[in-house]
Amino acid sequence: MGKTLFDKIWDSHIVVSKPGHPDAVYINTHFIHEVTSPQAFDGLRKRGIPVFRPAKTRATADHNVPTLHQDQPIKEALSRHQVEMLTKNTAEFGVELYGLGHRFQGIVHVIGPELGITLPGMTIVCGDSHTSTHGAFGAVAFGIGTSEVEQVLATQCILQYKPKRMKIEVNGQLGKGVLSKDIILYIISKISASGATGYFVEYAGEAIRSLSMEARMTICNMSIEMGARGGLIAPDDITFDYIKGREFAPKGADWDQSLEYWKTLYSDNDAQFDKVLTFDAADIEPQITYGTNPGMGMGVTRHIPSLEQLEEKERPSFKKSLEYMDLEPGAELLGKKVDYVFIGSCTNSRIEDLRLVADFVKGKHKADDVVVWIVPGSKQVEAQAMEEGIDKIFAEAGFQLREPGCSACLAMNEDKVPAGMYCISTSNRNFEGRQGPNARTFLASPLTAAAAAITGRVTDVRTLLTAVSS
Amino acid sequence: MSKIFQHLVSPAVPVPIENIDTDQIIPARFLKATTRDGFGENLFRDWRYEADNTPKADFVLNNPIYGGKILVAGKNFGCGSSREHAAWAIADAGFKVVVSSFFADIFKNNALNNFILPIQVSDDFLDKIFKAIEADPKAALEVDLENQFIKIAATGEKESFDINQYKKTCLLNGYDDIDYLLSLRKEIEQYETTRTFNF
Repeated sequence: MGKTLFDKIWDSHIVVSKPGHPDAVYINTHFIHEVTSPQAFDGLRKRGIPVFRPAKTRATADHNVPTLHQDQPIKEALSRHQVEMLTKNTAEFGVELYGLGHRFQGIVHVIGPELGITLPGMTIVCGDSHTSTHGAFGAVAFGIGTSEVEQVLATQCILQYKPKRMKIEVNGQLGKGVLSKDIILYIISKISASGATGYFVEYAGEAIRSLSMEARMTICNMSIEMGARGGLIAPDDITFDYIKGREFAPKGADWDQSLEYWKTLYSDNDAQFDKVLTFDAADIEPQITYGTNPGMGMGVTRHIPSLEQLEEKERPSFKKSLEYMDLEPGAELLGKKVDYVFIGSCTNSRIEDLRLVADFVKGKHKADDVVVWIVPGSKQVEAQAMEEGIDKIFAEAGFQLREPGCSACLAMNEDKVPAGMYCISTSNRNFEGRQGPNARTFLASPLTAAAAAITGRVTDVRTLLTAVSS
Repeated sequence: MSKIFQHLVSPAVPVPIENIDTDQIIPARFLKATTRDGFGENLFRDWRYEADNTPKADFVLNNPIYGGKILVAGKNFGCGSSREHAAWAIADAGFKVVVSSFFADIFKNNALNNFILPIQVSDDFLDKIFKAIEADPKAALEVDLENQFIKIAATGEKESFDINQYKKTCLLNGYDDIDYLLSLRKEIEQYETTRTFNF
């Protein structure tokens, strides 16, 4: 019987597999950042052991860094200390750091791919649940806790039970104004925030295959938002073209040999999945979330479910969620006033996202009472945006282009949405307080967010696209 | 933190909300610490305290009637961020067991790595536990890891739970994963010799 792509990669990384034990899985690349690594380094010190394979770990500062004035010392003492600890720990243990000021610095899930560190066939982990992003390259990539970060630092291995396999096929073609972010928000709204727990997902089908690498990363990124351990897409020419020539990608004869292997990375025709779901791209309209988990989403023209549409036992949590959002069951969101627009995060802060938004807003100006933050995913994205003049388009539109980091996705730094305000955000989570205490989040695509920036309201971006083309 | 878990009889603290994500368990702004200690005081911070830090009287952790070493929560507990700080906060607040009808994968691993036992029960049994606590806030639950059951003491109703044998051994004896992985050093080095490229 054939194997799934996931099984091919997982099985080739098993160091020890014993009945009753989790597999000891070898990890090719380990990314670390300032927030989930200090306690792991402390653990090594307590045990008196080194980092086993320091060249296989790369560090950056992203979660807790300011997005203004990065050339100056961090003002907030606890944040400064945390970032300094990363510098100290990486120096002491011999790990390469792309810290503030480095030309490679940025959100960990943006820099790995753009530097050619992330490659097909790899196992990749990071103390961050959105590590699933790297699965877009045909890698087995997943988020881990700090105790597991310590395991990987100590042994380059992790103990894991093999998850089940799910295939999600999206067939057909996407409509105008519908982006990969809409695909994944749609899937999560259909299967819920726990619909893929216990599974590793492979995304397939024509609508997925036609996507760019950036767009594929957005899909894999949000796998965790339906509970999946990770998500991956078989590598193809789009993948190989993206990787070729990047900073740390294989070169010369190594490239040819790598490519030969990477071309074997797909699920065999007779491979068995534990679950298969199929969707039609034509059914997907631009999406928006209305609640406090990513499963509470809908087409932007739809109405929030009414209580009658829900089972009795689902109602208390649903009501609590809508109370937090100050929204009514059965209401529509179109026309709802927004206060903030955040375009950024490991989900949607790549150069393609910024280009899409710039194309759309060129010659337009934001609504008066909306604050618009654009936070590029990395120094390289920032530099590219400037080279292409995208920074000027944003400035003319009244958008603030800030410096790279996770920013208002999790609001660990100063980039907080004030209490009670509504933010339409290209990030991945709409949990209570995620973008600041009592802040309210609508998750959407970069285009839907940009449309709201221009109108000041939740808008069906397709109506604006039609206006332009006519 | 005790690394051993075997048997416990304790009242429980009910949080009957579904999809409790790790941002609720410990909001991101409290993740700036570089040690594992002290997260308990910010457990469920924004459900527990107003913006001006006054306790919210209606939240269960502020109600002295409730207490104990067992946290009972609605379906899909611990979803979202991989932050182990959520498990540290729960442990620091004195909990040894979390009961729900469904756990997010990463949280479950993080809990076990901190010697907190996540017990997945059926939706029906979870309802029974919530009802038992509603009837008597001091209602005790009995958790037996060796025999893998959880029991509502007052009614005698019990349900068995699954745990993988490796993790069960770790909890019963206080072993951790790194001890085991470090013992595999030869096998790891041997594996490395079999790979031409780093993938």
